[in-house]
Amino acid sequence: MTWDAIDMAILKALHADAAQSAGRVGRKLGLSQPATWRRIQKLQAAGVIKGRRLKLDAEKLGFGVTVFLGVKLATKGRVSLEDFERAVTAIPEVQTVEHVLGLYDYRLRVVARDLSDFERILRRRIMTLPGAGQVEANVLLSEERLDGPLGIPK
Amino acid sequence: MLDDDDRRILRRLQQNPSLSMAELADQVSLSAAKTTRRLEKLQASGIYRGQEAVIDWAALGFAVAVSLRVTLDKTQARAFDEFIAAARKVPEVIEVQTFLGQVDVRLSLVARDMPHYHALYRDRILTLPHISDIEALMLVSTVKDSQVLPV
Repeated sequence: MTWDAIDMAILKALHADAAQSAGRVGRKLGLSQPATWRRIQKLQAAGVIKGRRLKLDAEKLGFGVTVFLGVKLATKGRVSLEDFERAVTAIPEVQTVEHVLGLYDYRLRVVARDLSDFERILRRRIMTLPGAGQVEANVLLSEERLDGPLGIPK
Repeated sequence: MLDDDDRRILRRLQQNPSLSMAELADQVSLSAAKTTRRLEKLQASGIYRGQEAVIDWAALGFAVAVSLRVTLDKTQARAFDEFIAAARKVPEVIEVQTFLGQVDVRLSLVARDMPHYHALYRDRILTLPHISDIEALMLVSTVKDSQVLPV
């Protein structure tokens, strides 16, 4: 499937504000509501738009600390990846789990109320995961999401 | 401060952001008017800043996703600012994060395929200013991507 510059512009608009109507997105692009709606449907059907996400201020909600963990499995072969993945995804404070190639096996995004809360999560929930070995932690200071390739002019 | 109703609203809405106001109100057992007022208050206080579409870059044609962990040369006072300003200009960079720890900055980079990634890495990434060390983690699969806050 190939996508043209109009599809990219629609994606860019929805990336910034997913709650806006197709009509509103279309007006900004000089496109009719039905034409815009059809393109959005197509992008959704193809899985390009996976869904929507709330933009929440984590700090104001009491989650002052976000930590990225690089986790190496200690006993490759003995513990199944499935066991590790099932256990780690069940932890509510773990927001994302990525299986990666390189220095680590998994990359986790963890939210906590503060550093001592993070320590509790690390000791009680992460270190006790089946197969978890070496863990590296980096505390997030700032984060910005960019439009990436959506912003490339054609 | 948030009360239980606010938390219920945020929990339900995080689970299903496309709920209509009526559906949301129904799920949290409040009137539609009350739910609307609560949401408006959460927006006014800056807690709820709207919604964004989640994009599957692979489905869009960017099959390769790499996490670049960068250590900067901190003897240069403006290393962070200059590196980040230059990284923002690389169109394939979709995320810039700064850290306290072994890693200073992390870039999320997407590419159409491995040759494209290789070209980007050589021409656009290694040429960024003040890099003292760089390490790549290639994304194999995303096991969980909720970014839901356990409110």
